[in-house]
Amino acid sequence: MTDLLQAKFRVHYPSFSLDAEMRLPTKGVTVVFGPSGAGKTTLLRCLSGLEKAPSGFMKFADQVWQDDARGIFIPPHKRKTALVFQESRLFPHLSVQENLLYGYRRTAPLDRNLHLDEVVQVLGLADLLKRYPHKLSGGEKQRAAIGRALLTSPKLLLMDEPLAALDRQRKAEIIPFIKSVEDKFAMPIIYVTHSMHEVLQLVNTMVILQAGKVVRQGPAQEIFSDVRLKEVLGDEQLGAVLETSVAEHDEEFALTRLDFMGQTLIVPKQNVAVGKTLRVHIHSKDVSLATAPPAGVTSVLNILRAKVKTIGAPDRDGFSVDIELDAGRPILATVTRKSLANLKLKPGQPVFAHIKAIKMIRS
Amino acid sequence: MNFPVIDPQPIWISLQLAGVTVLILLTLATPLAWWLAHTRCRFRVVVEAVVALPLVLPPTVLGFYMLLLLGPHGWVGGPVQTLTGSSLAFSFTGLVFASTLYSMPFVVQPLHGAFESAGKIPMETAQSLGASRLDAFFSVISPLARRGYLTATVLGFAHTLGEFGVVLMVGGNIPGKTKVISIEIYDRVEVLEYAQAHILSAGLLLFSFLILVTVYSINRRLPVQMV
Repeated sequence: MTDLLQAKFRVHYPSFSLDAEMRLPTKGVTVVFGPSGAGKTTLLRCLSGLEKAPSGFMKFADQVWQDDARGIFIPPHKRKTALVFQESRLFPHLSVQENLLYGYRRTAPLDRNLHLDEVVQVLGLADLLKRYPHKLSGGEKQRAAIGRALLTSPKLLLMDEPLAALDRQRKAEIIPFIKSVEDKFAMPIIYVTHSMHEVLQLVNTMVILQAGKVVRQGPAQEIFSDVRLKEVLGDEQLGAVLETSVAEHDEEFALTRLDFMGQTLIVPKQNVAVGKTLRVHIHSKDVSLATAPPAGVTSVLNILRAKVKTIGAPDRDGFSVDIELDAGRPILATVTRKSLANLKLKPGQPVFAHIKAIKMIRS
Repeated sequence: MNFPVIDPQPIWISLQLAGVTVLILLTLATPLAWWLAHTRCRFRVVVEAVVALPLVLPPTVLGFYMLLLLGPHGWVGGPVQTLTGSSLAFSFTGLVFASTLYSMPFVVQPLHGAFESAGKIPMETAQSLGASRLDAFFSVISPLARRGYLTATVLGFAHTLGEFGVVLMVGGNIPGKTKVISIEIYDRVEVLEYAQAHILSAGLLLFSFLILVTVYSINRRLPVQMV
């Protein structure tokens, strides 16, 4: 397989050490998530080459960017990566257009895959080109900074908490742009954040970093139903993140029907075209279980057929237990021990998962 | 009353001296100030102190050692004498040499400050966009240090224009060669030609004041921070 980013870094400082090993797909958005001080920024700096891990290995697709065993280290300006930081770092003496072209002009003509016009269009920068950085809002600055990074035609875009300095509204304004960068330019993005809000909106693959170590990496759908990550993600977040596609809108009852692995979820009407993907988030506490389909009429609209995969250990509070289900994609359910005893659940047993609440993730 | 006759030659020599000195200093001080702003070498403080010495030393001390250094038996003057047959002391070249050292802190310090306040981020950002270090210096760092360059140029120029002790000792007050404006003023006062002294002094005063006002007002308007 060549469509992989493989990386292994060891960095030791007196107060901090990073010992991370990763295998990531070279497409989509990979979110590096973890608390402050977990080593996220150091990891990103190692990937970009701004920091040289004394013992490191990094391979992007079939190109080796660092291999200390063989004495290989490609310096930052020769790697095809681009960086976006928390601060925009635009050059104050250059207009937006000159900022955008700074890296473009320093990219060999044959390597230029992206050009000013398309980047300006996707990031909505047309009205800003003549302006200088100090005349821009925080959100506009970040869009310009993303544009400047893209115009070096990188193979990999690295973003270090690019929205952390912005308020809620500005964040919401930028996230669609980041998505469209990934979409329209097929640009793999590694995105560092400690904001769960940003994770849910952007993530395809997730790397969880804690105290300099990779705790878990994998597709987001698996991560959000992994009971072992309760501490790291918070029990509020655990459950399932599902990719559904919009099947139809029901105007009469103001509902939208979503297709998910051959099953159906019904949610309040969404302003999303039929056929489009919609990502939903389900909390494990909003999933209850039954061993038989409901007899008679129920007010619960969403019932998914699933199989019990594993039954977790009782929670610290002693009354609830997490059960991992397989509904084509993993889903986690948190039920009381009492219910578990009543239901007499065993691994492999088919169940009906009643979904009491579904949160739409959209920007 | 006779109209006072002003000899333009000292003015012309002063301007030439200040101009040449500033050009040499900007070239030398840029790498020196960059090094001072970014090195972690422990000799940094020693170099900083040496550069700042002309600020505190009496010009006569500097002038005295420069005279020894540049004279026919000095470390610099000796070889030059052998090569060219003429001494550096009491020559325009000698004046340039002495002024360069004497005005050094006025050029190095503003640049040092400018490079330090720009920090490492602009260089790192430019490099991450594909610029080499030299390219990044000219395309990003030096424009960001514009204030520093303007201050350095003007202070270096004005200070060279205003020096007296060093040029007197090293140059020796030779009319048409090393007699500069400040010495000319001294000479006019000595022979009680107050009118000429007035014109030269007031001219120098006004000129210095005007360029300082210009620099400070331009400096207020230049953006320096990364945003």
